Amino acid sequence: MTRLGALVVVVAVIAAIFGPMLAPFDPSAQELALRLEGPSSLHWFGLDELGRDIFARVLSGARISLMVGIVVVSVSATIGTMLGAIAGYFGGRVDEAISRIIDILLAFPGLLLAIALVAVLGPSLTNVVLALCLIGWVGYARLVRGQVLRAREFEFVQAARALGAQTSRILVQHIIPTALPAVTVQATLGMGGAILAEASLSFLGLGVQPPTPSWGTMLSYGRSHLLDAPHLTIFPGLAIAVVVLGFNFLGDGLRDTFDPATTRRT
Amino acid sequence: MVRFLARRLALTVPVLLGVATLVFSLIHLIPGDPAQAMLGEAATPHDVEELRRRLGLDRPLLEQYGTFLSGVTRGDLGTSLRTGQPVASQILERMPATAELAAAAMIVAILCSIPLGIVAAVRRGTSLDHGAMTLALAGVSIPNFWLGPLLAIIFSVELGWLPVSGRGTLAHLVLPAFSLGAALAAVLARMTRATLLEELREQYVVAARARGVSRLRSVMRHAFRNSLIPVVTLIGLQFGSVLTGAVITETIFSWPGIGRLLIQSIGFRDYPLVQGCILLIAVTYVGVNLLTDLVYGILDPRIRYE
Repeated sequence: MTRLGALVVVVAVIAAIFGPMLAPFDPSAQELALRLEGPSSLHWFGLDELGRDIFARVLSGARISLMVGIVVVSVSATIGTMLGAIAGYFGGRVDEAISRIIDILLAFPGLLLAIALVAVLGPSLTNVVLALCLIGWVGYARLVRGQVLRAREFEFVQAARALGAQTSRILVQHIIPTALPAVTVQATLGMGGAILAEASLSFLGLGVQPPTPSWGTMLSYGRSHLLDAPHLTIFPGLAIAVVVLGFNFLGDGLRDTFDPATTRRT
Repeated sequence: MVRFLARRLALTVPVLLGVATLVFSLIHLIPGDPAQAMLGEAATPHDVEELRRRLGLDRPLLEQYGTFLSGVTRGDLGTSLRTGQPVASQILERMPATAELAAAAMIVAILCSIPLGIVAAVRRGTSLDHGAMTLALAGVSIPNFWLGPLLAIIFSVELGWLPVSGRGTLAHLVLPAFSLGAALAAVLARMTRATLLEELREQYVVAARARGVSRLRSVMRHAFRNSLIPVVTLIGLQFGSVLTGAVITETIFSWPGIGRLLIQSIGFRDYPLVQGCILLIAVTYVGVNLLTDLVYGILDPRIRYE
């Protein structure tokens, strides 16, 4: 399953980079006479309500989805790792302050805070990324804090401290690397989560705005043609499900590799 | 137990205060003048000034914060800009629909996931196990805003068995409940399998088998009952994703709950109503988490003494 996941991820990345070049049609080109036409040998996924090629738009949507995933995961993982490491290493009031912020942000279930933030900031791709980063770092911070609490008692860390190494050096060179395998697993699973989150917000009309092709927006528009043109709904949804499943397979596989205890348990 | 309860309640108070503070701040995060943003570009300066005064935005920030907190503690969440009705009464009106949907989704999830998890654990390593877990991982990956329309295409459009939207009869509840419960079912199935596998390795299960207890009885009467503790906790923790999922599911199936009210109020820039919905969902989530912790404390005495 890990290999299958890796394969899906590689294909998605290739589609995101080269998709617009490989696509047989311009994702914005309209053929109004053929609007809502079903899949055919010419238009593999059919045409949408404005006569645009859905296959070309799904490929373009891959770029948006993966870009959001990469930015959100990179920013969230970096901020979360730093704050989690600082909270875990220093303890005391610093830990207390960071932990309380984490508790408050975790009191908002799932996407709720992102929905609220985008609602007030206004619907746009930038605001979606900002909102997802604001809620995304929390998971990494909590994970890394736990790892650091354990790692700071390791002998090699105490030895570095005894040798007079600077705190920043101990954190960056000795402590944070012990948390990286767990962060890598979380980041891989987080890619799927971020892609789903962006699609959810776009579906609700709070994310990517038309005419930019996004899988969530395409699904949202497909809803009004559920009876006469179900292909508008089927293909973008399938793209989301396959890519997220790929990241989840890969994340699960990496967890088994990095944490043999989990493998033994399951 | 009383100390455990008191400690958990004491930890909840600052979280609730933080939640209320964040919800209060939302209106001040609006770029530019919040009153202008709510009324739109066409509003006259007089209307904007009037709304600013009505919402108390012309007063010092600390005073606004104090008024907001005191209102929240009295159940006064302000007035809807669009309908002029109290926000609290509008939310209370929609609450039964969301509660009904959330409860139905959780029942669907539990009924589907527990047998799947048990079968996967008992038949570990077989194709049945791999199939069940692949299905579970697919359940986590399939967005409910895709599953919902797919179910509607099959069961409403093609087969004509179930209504495609609205609320009223039990038939109306089936598609939204399955659409919302699928992801939870997937998570619970994986958890049931993992915890049951741990329990099946315990000495008391081996001892029960050695005493001649049947395999089915040793699994269901001994191992499964103990494996339920983390599963029950997870059900509580996953309530949050059910609440968030309800926002999308209610939008898809035109289900008249709080989630749909939230999305509608965002569309109308009715920010007091947006704040009310967000606050209520977050407070419900905190309450359910607290309840889950307490239940966990009752089920597993070790937690109480940590």
